[in-house]
Amino acid sequence: MSPKPVGGPYITGTTILAGLMVAIMAMLVLIRFFFGLGTVTNLNDGYSWGLWLAYDVVAGTAIGCGGYAIALVVYVLNKGHYHPLVRPAILASMFGYAIGGTSVLIDISRWWNFWHILWPTYFNLNSVMIEVALCISIYTTVLMLEFAPVVVEKVVGWTRQRGGNLHALTTTVEKVLDKTIFVLIALGMTLPTMHQSSLGTMLIPFGYFINPLWQTPLLPALYLLTALSIGYAIVMFEATLVSDRFSRPSEARILGLLSRYMTAVVALFMVIRFGDIIYRGNLTYIFTSHGLSYAFLAENLLSIVGIILLLSERRRMAPRYQFISALCILSSCVLYRIDSYLVAYHRVGWHYFPSAPEILITFGMIAVEVLGYILIVRHFPVLHSAAPVNAQAPASE
Amino acid sequence: MSLTRRKFLRGTAVAGAACAVAGLAEAEERKEKTLPPKAVGLLFDSTLCVGCKACVSACREANNLHPEFNNGINLWDAPLDLSANSLTVIKAYSEGSAENKDQEQDGFAFVKKSCLHCVDPSCVSVCPVSAMTKDPVTGIVSYNPNNCIGCRYCVAACPFGVPRFEYNKTIARLRKCEMCKQRQAEGKIPACADVCPTGATLFGSERALRAEAERRHQLAVGERTFFPRKTVGSTDTYEKRAPRYDTQTYGLKEVGGTQVCYLAGVPFAKLGLPSLPEKSFVSTSEKIQHTLYKGMIAPALLFGSLLFAVRRNAKADEKEDE
Repeated sequence: MSPKPVGGPYITGTTILAGLMVAIMAMLVLIRFFFGLGTVTNLNDGYSWGLWLAYDVVAGTAIGCGGYAIALVVYVLNKGHYHPLVRPAILASMFGYAIGGTSVLIDISRWWNFWHILWPTYFNLNSVMIEVALCISIYTTVLMLEFAPVVVEKVVGWTRQRGGNLHALTTTVEKVLDKTIFVLIALGMTLPTMHQSSLGTMLIPFGYFINPLWQTPLLPALYLLTALSIGYAIVMFEATLVSDRFSRPSEARILGLLSRYMTAVVALFMVIRFGDIIYRGNLTYIFTSHGLSYAFLAENLLSIVGIILLLSERRRMAPRYQFISALCILSSCVLYRIDSYLVAYHRVGWHYFPSAPEILITFGMIAVEVLGYILIVRHFPVLHSAAPVNAQAPASE
Repeated sequence: MSLTRRKFLRGTAVAGAACAVAGLAEAEERKEKTLPPKAVGLLFDSTLCVGCKACVSACREANNLHPEFNNGINLWDAPLDLSANSLTVIKAYSEGSAENKDQEQDGFAFVKKSCLHCVDPSCVSVCPVSAMTKDPVTGIVSYNPNNCIGCRYCVAACPFGVPRFEYNKTIARLRKCEMCKQRQAEGKIPACADVCPTGATLFGSERALRAEAERRHQLAVGERTFFPRKTVGSTDTYEKRAPRYDTQTYGLKEVGGTQVCYLAGVPFAKLGLPSLPEKSFVSTSEKIQHTLYKGMIAPALLFGSLLFAVRRNAKADEKEDE
């Protein structure tokens, strides 16, 4: 019933590969810090933001929205039976955001001034970025505190055998956390609502550099919806993958119920997006934007396939379809975010494609997440040992 | 109990969404920024420019920048574009046989690139740490490396592609034209205007410069008139026949106006000056932010109702557990 460490070996093919990728990344990052951005990246004055910003930060933090999306269902809509999904989602979110923050540190050229974004005398309150930067910094801390009970639980178990004052202290910490966690949970839903929408607003100053299929004053709303749909999709993707890879009981039933939120949010996103494109008279851009027309098509086809796959009740409850659908919607929304920041951003006379070291650093970041996730679920009580929903969840809501 | 909670939540959700939508709908309008009281600027008249690049050279001297060799022969300065090392460059337009100056067909024309010192600058609006500032009196847009975190948002957001970054340095910084504010502090005028032999680059109060641009538009083609050098209203003038100008002055309205304006004989788009809306892009983003975050009321409301919801639901869960 309750979450337990999965156990098992730490050294496997997957962890060795991930470790290697992290090592390569570490070397490249050192080169970047010693010799400047230009030695490692293809960034230039036309494309001063590249892969790291678009993928690691803008898409990466959305991939870290699993915790946010699940919390909304569990705590606002009061669907307690989704509870088994909360801990793994928060763990993945913590990694997503920590990686996003670290990527920003590597990306900004004058990193020794990084603390300026936390120091009020430097703030420019007209800047969308200050809101995003502050909010993400605070939220990363909140995620760590939200995950703290998992670590504390382990420590309490360890001190119990020793007894004495140490045990008294750890149990007090556990109690305090338990009593105050609702504040963290509420913060954990407020902050992503703020900065995930602002990530969209951040594109508005780019004006005509961004193709009209992506540039609109509704960007904050569209970005909030993609954060949610990516959040649900990543939880489904992860849960199906984990129950398969760690040979755990399937969570298909609970995921089938959850999938309806994912498809509903994506559908709403598409309605608003198309409505806006029609309202602004930009429909023709769908056919006349050359390569971008295909990018737009790919985004929408993936979403539509993701929705259609789960239309029937039978497929909605089947892990295979849940996995494929989640993957489609995840790709669609991640693509939307990368497209709007990078692909649909066009500067006459300039070119950008990420360099090999840039790509390797991004891969290294993903490897950190995978490695961290594996090690932590093996060691800490994150995953539920059995799928409790089969007994608890109502057949329909 | 659960019914009232649900109603409450639904109510706040609907109210919040309505606020957000209303905010976004309203977001298209924000009070336009206007020219600062003692705005200074430059007027570049492409028809007067002979492409001598004295301005490029003088800019290097005034701002401690080194020559750039791009032609394989390390003899003369040949910057290809603005860069962290070239704060102003002269570019040429040429078409067909390129025989006639300031003609679109079979002609050529010069344009000087540098910061336009926007009335509502994108770089100032987007900079999270106030490294980019616009002087409230003169309107000069400056960069303060001590504040800068190097995020390069300004580089990505400038509609004219002006700010340039040093990508190949460990201790990197941004560079852009600051209208020689260090020289202005000594009572001098910007180096580019100071050395321009034909008065193609003219320094002065922005209002006087705009009046001068208007005066030139009013001239009949071929009419004899006087053109000032260095500053508008200077006594250093020369007589010349008025050229044929494109109908507009570039910079009066583009993205809310700029303090560096352009006159030309060929369409501005040919000179790499993009056609832009009158409303600045950052006025929309700022309006959205200031509507959603006005007094932090909306985020506080959201946080408050979430706090309420979580507490209620957590208590309900506890009861179930018992």
